[in-house]
This record gives sequence, structure tokens and C-alpha cells, in this order.
Amino acid sequence: MIEFKLPALGADMDEGTLLEWRVKPGDAVKKGQVIAVVDTAKAAVDVECWQDGTIGELLAEVGQKMPVGTVMATLRAAGEKAGEKAGEAAGKAVAAKVGDGGTAAAKVGPGGTAAAPAKLPQTEPQTAPQAAPAAPAQRRLISPAARKHAAENGVDIDSLTGTGPHGAVILADVETAAAQGAPAAPRPPAAVTAELPSAEKGATRIAAMRQAIATAMARSKREIPHYYVSEDIPLARALAWLQAENSQRAMAERLLPAVLLLKAVAVALRGYPELNGWCHDGAFVTAERSNLGVAISLRQGGLIAPALLDAGTKPLTTLMQELTDLVQRARAGSLHSSELTDGTITVTNLGDQGTQAVFGVIYPPQVALVGFGRIVERPWAEDGGIKVLPVVTASLAADHRVSDGHRGALFLRELAELLQHPEELDKEAS
Amino acid sequence: MTQTDIRAVVLATLKSIAPEVEVDALSGDRPLRNQVDLDSMDWLNFLLGLNKRLKVEIPEADYRKLVTLDDVVAYLQAKVD
Repeated sequence: MIEFKLPALGADMDEGTLLEWRVKPGDAVKKGQVIAVVDTAKAAVDVECWQDGTIGELLAEVGQKMPVGTVMATLRAAGEKAGEKAGEAAGKAVAAKVGDGGTAAAKVGPGGTAAAPAKLPQTEPQTAPQAAPAAPAQRRLISPAARKHAAENGVDIDSLTGTGPHGAVILADVETAAAQGAPAAPRPPAAVTAELPSAEKGATRIAAMRQAIATAMARSKREIPHYYVSEDIPLARALAWLQAENSQRAMAERLLPAVLLLKAVAVALRGYPELNGWCHDGAFVTAERSNLGVAISLRQGGLIAPALLDAGTKPLTTLMQELTDLVQRARAGSLHSSELTDGTITVTNLGDQGTQAVFGVIYPPQVALVGFGRIVERPWAEDGGIKVLPVVTASLAADHRVSDGHRGALFLRELAELLQHPEELDKEAS
Repeated sequence: MTQTDIRAVVLATLKSIAPEVEVDALSGDRPLRNQVDLDSMDWLNFLLGLNKRLKVEIPEADYRKLVTLDDVVAYLQAKVD
């Protein structure tokens, strides 16, 4: 029995609201399949399963707001029988800390079914204020399975006396009541899809996003000793190549300079594994692929940095399509969980409306951020003469616990060199 | 298509990319991107939207001619006719 817990969809998320289940108990699921939609401060995210299996129970309820780490569902691995679930799952749920603030209750029902989203102990101090207030202390404790069973069987859960911990109403209470013919619930069963909580809409939502950014960036500046290097990169060759390439292409197929810059970063990273990966509790792990988190500003304010997965192996045309799609979905608030958790480095590109240079704040647990300013024509000294060329300033902010400025500088030089050979960059695979 | 028709299409396309924009407040003779926050991707999508709605092919070399709202309308009108 495997517990499917609410993942942290980025360093800036500490809770989420379940909007929709995309699976039901007994469904076979594949690794990467979307099993639920969860609302965070930034977007509604399609949460993907990380392994193959069969859905056991859905423990989280639609509309439920829960902290990261809450057990949302149970999953049986291939070959595991349904009957095996009881002992192990129950043991885990009970072992997990039961929310003393009255947010969760764990209990094993008569069928041996564990039914509780148990709040896990925090692994690090919670320094940022919660975006949303905790549930009132007097809130009635009802296990999700109990609530679900009550809804399905028309039992008025408010009329029941709970026999679980802290007086929680548990599945057994509902089953007993259903068997005895308890009063019918006055309202229809819960809708399958929850509306976004109205309080989360509009201004409140923007405030929540601000808070999420504040939490992640404060953590970054508190924990990561940043160092910065920058390099001016001439782009005459790259832009001439792009122009020639684009003149052959239909409008929808044309490439933005940003795509060339992204590909160059992904390729350059191969020689600099110490910039590509994650640092957890001071221990650095290099990532095998380059998943470039792309900082995308949202029209209503704030930003999000979903990842272009494995950017180093893709042709520019593919990257352009994926970038277009990513920007569109980020703005529409519809991203996949892997895009928010698998980024190995972030790239921020100010584009043609920005300033000439940007020095970023690393997005933990990543260890580096590459920034590109606006491409501008500048005087450029070369071979004893001065020319006017399009130039971009690339910067690197990196984690000094993992790499040094010397290596960071070499990385930017490599990036500059790659951008002098755009046609090779396009063909570059892996 | 009349100039008014084209202008309406341009503004509708703009609105689809920047829903918050108040089109009545835009000056036709000032650079559009100084008035509406459009990044490179937005700008590309704006031009692509015009391409789809009006069936007008816009070569990349012409992108720099399209600065103000009036520029865009005049350019498209010449192409549509």
C-alpha cells in the first residue's frame, strides 16, 4: 500500500485545495497520469501520479484545503491485493501526527480502513505566516471517508456523535447510522468539481500569490549564499541565423530569440553539473536532465516558473512550441505538477521590453538562475575596431555552497560560445 | 473591409491577449507596447491572432513597422485590400 501525498508544487507552496478527482477507487493508473486537480496560490495544477498502480481509496475530499504532505489517496502497487491495505496503511496514518490544531483525525474503521489526512510534522520551521488562517479550534472533526460515505448514503453527518479521536466522526459512525436509518441529509451529495473558494478570487488570490513568492524568495535569500557573474554576449550571428530561418517559416512556426537562449543554457549546463540540480538540507544532487524553469509573468501580477522538460535534447522548433504552450497554460492557470516540481535551474528572460540586465534570486531547492536582459545594439570592440552589434547581457546567480564564481564564469563563457553557432545549437540533441 | 472593421478586429485580438486592457483608453498614435504590457511572446501571439483572423501573412521583416495601433491598422488594411 502506497500513500499518495499532496506534493509541494514548488518551494512557495505549503497547502493546496483539492478541486477535482480524476480517478476513482479501483482505477488502474500509470506513472505520469493526472489523478487530481489541486489549486495552489498560483494555479490549478494537474497532479500526476509518480508510479503505476491501482487507486485504493480517495481520502481527500473535493473542496478540502490541506497542507503539503497530507495523504490524499492510497494506491496499490502492481500485484498487491486489496485486502493487504488495512494494516499497513492504518499503521502509517496513525504513526503520522494527528493535527492537534483540530485539522485532521486518524482512525481505523471496522473494515480496517484508514481514513484520515494526517498532518505531517514540519521538517523545517514555518517562518512565513500562513496565507490562510487555520481552521477554527471548534471545528467539527469528520474524516473524509466518513463525509463521503454520509453523502453517498444520505446520512446527515451533523446529527451524528463521533467516536473517533477528539470526538471525530469516523466511517464506523456513519455506517452504524446508515444501518439504523439515520435522518437523511438535507442537501444533495457534494458536487464532483468544486468551485474555487470565493475568498481566493480576485484581490485575495493576488495577495496569496504575493505571499507565496515572498515565502520562497525570503527562504532563498536566507539559506542560499548567492554569488553573481555576468557576461555581454554578441548576438549578431545568432540573430542573422534566426532571421534567415524565420523568413523560410510560416508565422506560427517562427522562433523567438528566447528559444535560442534557452537551448544554449540547456546545452551549456552539460559541462556544469554543479549548476543543474537541487540542494536539500545542504546536500546537492545533480540532475541528469536540464529542465529549465521559465519565469513567466502573469497578467494579474506575480509570476510562475514552470519547467521546459529536458530542453537540451529538443530541436528549436519543438522548444518554441513547448514554450508557447507553457506560457499559455501558465497564464490560464493550468499546469502539470511535474512542470512545477522538476525544474533543475531557472531562466529569466526580460525580453524586448525589459532592462539590459537582470540578477535573479535562486528558486530553492535549485542552485542557479540564469538571467537575460533585453537584446540591444551596442558598440562592440573587436579586432582593433568598433562595430555596432546586437548584444545581450547574461547573468548567473548561483549557490556558493555548491559552486564557485570561477566555474560560474566559465559557464557563461561557454554559453556565449554556443550562441555564436546557432545552427549547431539547433541540431544539438543529447 | 473598412478601416473601422479592421480596427475592431485588432482591438478584439489585443483584448484576447491582454484581457485587462481598456481599449477605449488607447491612443492610436503612440507605441502600442508602451501602453499595453506585451512581452515578446504576447506580441508574437497578437500578430499570429491577426494572421488567423484576417488571413494576412506578416513577414518578420515587417514586424518593426508595426509600432502604433494606427500603424497596425493601416498595414493590415493595405494587405487585406
